[in-house]
Amino acid sequence: MADLTKLAKLLQELDDQMVGCMKCGMCQAVCPVFAETMKEADVTRGKIALLENLAKEMIHDAAGVQEKLNKCLLCGSCGANCPSGVKVMDIFLRARVIVNTYMGLSPVKKAILRGMLTKPALFNALLDLGSKFQGIFTSKVDDLLGSSCSKVLSPVIGDRHFVGLAKQSLHSKIKALDTPAGKSGKRVAFFPGCLGDKMFVSVAEACLKVFEHHGVGVYMPEGQACCGIPAISSGDRVAYDKLVKINLDLFSKGGFDYLVTPCATCTATIKEIWPKLMDEYPATMRDQIRALHDKVMDVNQFVVDVLGVKPEAPAKGAVKVTFHDSCHMKKSLGVTSQPRALIGMNPKYELVEMAECDRCCGSGGSFNLYHYDLSKQIGERKRDNILATGAQIVSTGCPACMLQMTDMLSQHGAKVAVKHSIELYADSLR
Amino acid sequence: MPSAALIKEFEAIVGKDNVFTSEADRQSYSYDSAVLEAVVPALVVRPTSTEQLGKVVRLCNENGNPITVRGAGTNLSGGTIPDPREGIVILTNSLNRIIEINEEDLYAVVEPGVVTAKFAAEVAKRGLFYPPDPGSQAVSTLGGNVAENAGGLRGLKYGVTKDYVMGIEFFDVNGGLVKTGSRTVKCVTGYNLAGLMVASEGTLGVFSNIVLKLVPPPQASKAMMAVFDDVNKASEAVAGIIAAHVVPCTLEFMDQATIRYVDDFTKAGLPRDAQAILLIEVDGHAGQVAEDAEKVEKVLNKVGATEIKVAKDAAEKFKLWEARRNALPALARAKPTTVLEDATVPRSKIPAMVKAINDIAAKYNISIGTFGHAGDGNLHPTILCDRRDKHEFERVEHAVDEIFDVALSLHGTLSGEHGIGMAKSKWMEKETSKATIEFSRNMKRAIDPKYILNPGKIIGA
Ligand SMILES: Cc1cc2nc3c(=O)[nH]c(=O)nc-3n(C[C@H](O)[C@H](O)[C@H](O)COP(=O)(O)OP(=O)(O)OC[C@H]3O[C@@H](n4cnc5c(N)ncnc54)[C@H](O)[C@@H]3O)c2cc1C
Ligand code: SF4
Ligand code: SF4
Ligand code: SF4
Repeated sequence: MADLTKLAKLLQELDDQMVGCMKCGMCQAVCPVFAETMKEADVTRGKIALLENLAKEMIHDAAGVQEKLNKCLLCGSCGANCPSGVKVMDIFLRARVIVNTYMGLSPVKKAILRGMLTKPALFNALLDLGSKFQGIFTSKVDDLLGSSCSKVLSPVIGDRHFVGLAKQSLHSKIKALDTPAGKSGKRVAFFPGCLGDKMFVSVAEACLKVFEHHGVGVYMPEGQACCGIPAISSGDRVAYDKLVKINLDLFSKGGFDYLVTPCATCTATIKEIWPKLMDEYPATMRDQIRALHDKVMDVNQFVVDVLGVKPEAPAKGAVKVTFHDSCHMKKSLGVTSQPRALIGMNPKYELVEMAECDRCCGSGGSFNLYHYDLSKQIGERKRDNILATGAQIVSTGCPACMLQMTDMLSQHGAKVAVKHSIELYADSLR
Repeated sequence: MPSAALIKEFEAIVGKDNVFTSEADRQSYSYDSAVLEAVVPALVVRPTSTEQLGKVVRLCNENGNPITVRGAGTNLSGGTIPDPREGIVILTNSLNRIIEINEEDLYAVVEPGVVTAKFAAEVAKRGLFYPPDPGSQAVSTLGGNVAENAGGLRGLKYGVTKDYVMGIEFFDVNGGLVKTGSRTVKCVTGYNLAGLMVASEGTLGVFSNIVLKLVPPPQASKAMMAVFDDVNKASEAVAGIIAAHVVPCTLEFMDQATIRYVDDFTKAGLPRDAQAILLIEVDGHAGQVAEDAEKVEKVLNKVGATEIKVAKDAAEKFKLWEARRNALPALARAKPTTVLEDATVPRSKIPAMVKAINDIAAKYNISIGTFGHAGDGNLHPTILCDRRDKHEFERVEHAVDEIFDVALSLHGTLSGEHGIGMAKSKWMEKETSKATIEFSRNMKRAIDPKYILNPGKIIGA
């Protein structure tokens, strides 16, 4: 078992973090996967125990551990709730890199992550083509790679009601932007994210409309790459590093006050994950990452906290809107009141809270592809909570959640629209 | 591993999906919340109905496989660490139905895998109250609560789990269904076997149904915090409050070490020089609450609390409790390993106990923060260490031994609420007597001749 010894050695670097888990089991209360499967190996405590055992060579079935490790939404609920403050996300991401690298990436994943995602021009060209041939582009998708954005690559899968690729992506409508600060005196770099660029173009356009309305200058360089989350959550460090590098090259220029995204997942990745995984980068890259850590901001937070948009009293319009707290938005970024404030700005709407508004919707990146049934069960609980409010619109701050909720609601034949909170706000502006 | 044929038999009872054989699955049921060595079970079986539960127990007994029933696996004494000899873990988390909540007769019937907080919430929805509230209630199961006789913050006034158990149906080793207790307030039909099942840690029978008592909820409550420059004064305050005939629903204590750890963690500006903090909450109907709160304040002033804060509304109350809520999180974060003890002494002995704990910490050069339920003398000396440091951990073990010694010398008990399990069984005879152990073993042998019901727990092997 010489091989396992090597794997064990690599995992030992996580020991200092894993030892903080006191096995109290409190994560069982919040893990959406555990709520469905009720299996200890699916909850944080179980996963950490298995990784510890792998590190101590007490377990032989590394593939078994890999399977459990990947059966996780990376939603962060457990970490946010852990009495011992265990850095669960750190552990899981690093462990995925170690275990998945060790076990090897599938050739399909490798082709997509390294061959396509890291080449934004090629990626965009292929997908622009794809949007015209949706439906042809549907071969063996279940073996595709990770993250919500993988759906960008798989427009139609089985009976899932996906939002298709937009007819025209943002980058093919607007190549790049470089406008000076207006009356707000602020200038932002805009990172629409893959989903904002290729699926929910209306979300990206809403952001641009809001920037224009408030006189915010925009730097939107051409050739933006994915933030890297699908690569790193598949454990592909090589592709991840390339993606980070491409984006750093673009965003170390441009002279802006904030880096704004409409995707809570992108924001959390840039803010939290990039600094976590930068130890091996050269000093200049580390400095760039630190600078972006300070500048990156969710669009809701930007509009409310920086531009100072706030309703005097929340609107009490005729149309009921309910809000879903995306995991990355609430648990990683701590942004909860700002999107609600933006909804409250539109006189057409009234906000009604749903039960368990901060419970994961079950999207969780590749999780949705590999564990579709489980993802669906988790999503159905969210759907039922949405329906119970009687709202006509469900709003959220993350395109990945929008995809999942659209899927769950439309399969159910429910007539509830799914909208990003920035869209609802933009709609109130002339 | 059990034979393929035996695995097939289990599968025939509970279905293929509910028999876990993989190495990864089995390893994830090898531990609980106690800081002890893990033991990997040979098989894990998850019945989805109580009928299946009985059949599984019977099959284990027929084949001589030791059984460890597991709820949420949060006990702190090794009660769910399986037996190394082809031990089988039986999960109860699919037996999670609330069968009945009777609002007229104030009782509920539940399966053992119902999560405590979910149950309490369902009961509250109907305008009733289930008081036992262990710190783990968000995940712990009612079966586990009964089998450990779990306590909680409300113990002083409302009692602990045993005070709410009206009846239990449980399987004996042969899978026979034993019925004890009833849905009536009074019941003297036969031996009080339900009482015997409480705190039995899975060593005497396997619960399939539990009848729990419900009470009307208090209408009002008031919380306050008092700061002391001397543990003795805090203790005098506790005695004074009881002597004034006030029974607070919670009366929580934090020592200086805990206060400092919490302050380091929350930066809430707690009084770092204080020797003790008491958090006190009285409840009942509004008039009585106001009166009781006044009496408590008087006592606090009289014994010389250096600071008293009274919460004016729900928001302030939430804030007052913040320090106590953060006690475990703050201590747990301070060092990698957290050994949570629960030696308990008569409440008048709290100052002696706290002093002894601090002396022991100094003697062995380890960090201990003590917090707990001052009203019932149930302290949680929490040892902060790193189990990877062999030398330190040896000192920790000595310290734990001494803590028990002191608790017993003060006429206290080994465990107020966490149970004996494997962690403290070697101490049992010291607190009780040789005859007690013999009596218990004889009883177990008669009930469980093959010694398969969670062997090694409470009374040793
Ligand atoms: C953070 C934290 C805080 C805690 N706070 C408290 C507290 O305030 N008060 C307190 O008392 N305890 C506390 N505990 C300890 C623990 O949570 C309790 O002992 C709880 O009752 C265990 O419930 P469980 O479902 O996890 O049971 P488990 O740990 O799964 O099992 C406990 C015992 O019950 C037996 N058992 C379970 N189900 C059955 C059944 N159906 N039939 C027969 N036997 C069964 C098991 O075999 C085992 O011996 C705490 C633990 C943690 C980690
Ligand atoms: S809540 Fe945190 S410390 Fe407790 S078991 Fe889960 S990960 Fe470990
Ligand atoms: S990240 Fe989410 S899905 Fe993964 S273990 Fe934690 S709570 Fe469960
Ligand atoms: S997080 Fe955003 S940018 Fe990153 S891959 Fe997903 S959608 Fe694309």
